[in-house]
Amino acid sequence: MTIEVQESTQAKAPGRLGDKVFSRSSLIAGSLILAVLAAVAIFLLAQSLPAFLADPADVNDGQGFWVYVIPLVFGTVWAAALALAIALPFAIGIALFISHFAPRKLAQGLGYVIDLLAAVPSVVFGLWGITVLAPAVQPFYTWLVDNLGWFPLFAGPVSGTGRSILTVAVVLAVMILPIITALTREIFLQTPRLHEEAALALGATRWEMIKVAVLPFARPGIISATMLGLGRALGETMAVAMVLSPSVIISFALLQSQNPTTIAANIALNFPEAHDLGVNVLIATGLILFIITLLVNSLARMVINRRKAFSGAN
Amino acid sequence: MSKRIEVKDLNVYYGKFKAVEDVSLTIEPRTVTAFIGPSGCGKSTFLRTLNRMHEVIPGASVQGEVLIDGKNLYDADVDPVMVRRQVGMVFQRPNPFPTMSIKDNVLAGVKLNNGKISKSDADHLVEKSLKGANLWKEVRDRLDLPGSGLSGGQQQRLCIARAIAVSPEVILMDEPCSALDPISTLAIEDLIEELKAKYTIVIVTHNMQQASRVSDKTAFFNIAGTGEPGKLIEFDDTTTIFENPHVQATEDYISGRFG
Repeated sequence: MTIEVQESTQAKAPGRLGDKVFSRSSLIAGSLILAVLAAVAIFLLAQSLPAFLADPADVNDGQGFWVYVIPLVFGTVWAAALALAIALPFAIGIALFISHFAPRKLAQGLGYVIDLLAAVPSVVFGLWGITVLAPAVQPFYTWLVDNLGWFPLFAGPVSGTGRSILTVAVVLAVMILPIITALTREIFLQTPRLHEEAALALGATRWEMIKVAVLPFARPGIISATMLGLGRALGETMAVAMVLSPSVIISFALLQSQNPTTIAANIALNFPEAHDLGVNVLIATGLILFIITLLVNSLARMVINRRKAFSGAN
Repeated sequence: MSKRIEVKDLNVYYGKFKAVEDVSLTIEPRTVTAFIGPSGCGKSTFLRTLNRMHEVIPGASVQGEVLIDGKNLYDADVDPVMVRRQVGMVFQRPNPFPTMSIKDNVLAGVKLNNGKISKSDADHLVEKSLKGANLWKEVRDRLDLPGSGLSGGQQQRLCIARAIAVSPEVILMDEPCSALDPISTLAIEDLIEELKAKYTIVIVTHNMQQASRVSDKTAFFNIAGTGEPGKLIEFDDTTTIFENPHVQATEDYISGRFG
């Protein structure tokens, strides 16, 4: 009896075509992204292979590929980490202000401003970094080196132009701030009202409510937003290339005129003049950047999955 | 521990809209009081004024007095945070914090306001509160697992354990069984009967059998129509309300002849 009913409804069920079209098109969209990623990976691998296979004596004035790339990897990760350290607290603060503290009208206006900031091209940020930020912070850098120079990060001699890795990090932070803020704001707004009220009804102050209900709920989202921001900071080219005068060194000092540069900026600066094996070497550094980004993202996934049972998704 | 609640001429607003009008009633310590009435009559809204949770909603405001042992909750010098520590609340849908373990859920309220608690005290309190909520036997082996993994009825009892862990004087329950099956509902009702010995309990319910089973006193709220404020129609002993109500509207409602 029930089987009969099932058969008859199945035969008549409308909208089968729509289901098929939808499942196919989403399958195609999903595969497309994989295909593009694979194409990029294959391109990078194929083009960088000569750099790895070549006689080390022919690469980087005879010093070999790894000597060339390691300072760049360091510079990339160091600049991005600094930028993130500056941007993340601000982003979470702004997002919390917009979602839980600001009056509604102000919150809306602020939201628009933040989104606008995300639309500014990176060349503009680079220009701002050179012409406005660097001269403005230089006296402050001098003061830091004079007074706190014993602290390794602030070791002298101070950069006379203010164009140091710290300036780059600030520019990068401003660039990744909007994306992290916009995403975390959305997540904070999605905290179930029920959980916020549970906290308040237990006698939580507003900040405690945020600590107990909002932030733990938003944790995976904050990590994802951070990764998107970090991805942008790792790959950012123009702003870094414009602000820094590069040198191939590994140095944690923030305020000196000799600064490590990043992979992306290095490619942008050297690609126009590169030829033969030089091109392959640059693309190989690109492959390394690709791998770094992949590692960082997998790490974030792992962190999120580790506490899956407590995510509230079940 | 439990205290008397006196409400005097209370009007409750959402922005300019008056949701509840002129409610005055007295709730005795260590009793269970049920609020019944049709949807939208303002009984939940009124309940939320008893621990100042109403004002959490933007634009919401309250006029009048709510006295707990003679002290007005709405005096200018009263901190709503302190009110809510005294007057606990259990919500319509179970809402344990999903990011916390069962144990941390019970301790959540205690750890607020810089509350420090030693590990042995914490363990003791967790056991006591969970036993108080009739949940201890079911969860004793999985205190460190997430609270969201429990069944709906267990989650609701976890929320009750969380509420009683901060030793409130009054517990408000906003339709605590409406999302639960009959067995879990029975478990909660038995629990209310036990909690009555220590706490003053106010419960909003749509289930009239439940009101008659668990409560000592019953308040019937009603609205004249959409857009009109809700009013307290009758407040009396539960047996009187259900067997011999004085107001026609109450009798119509409880006998199902409600239009």
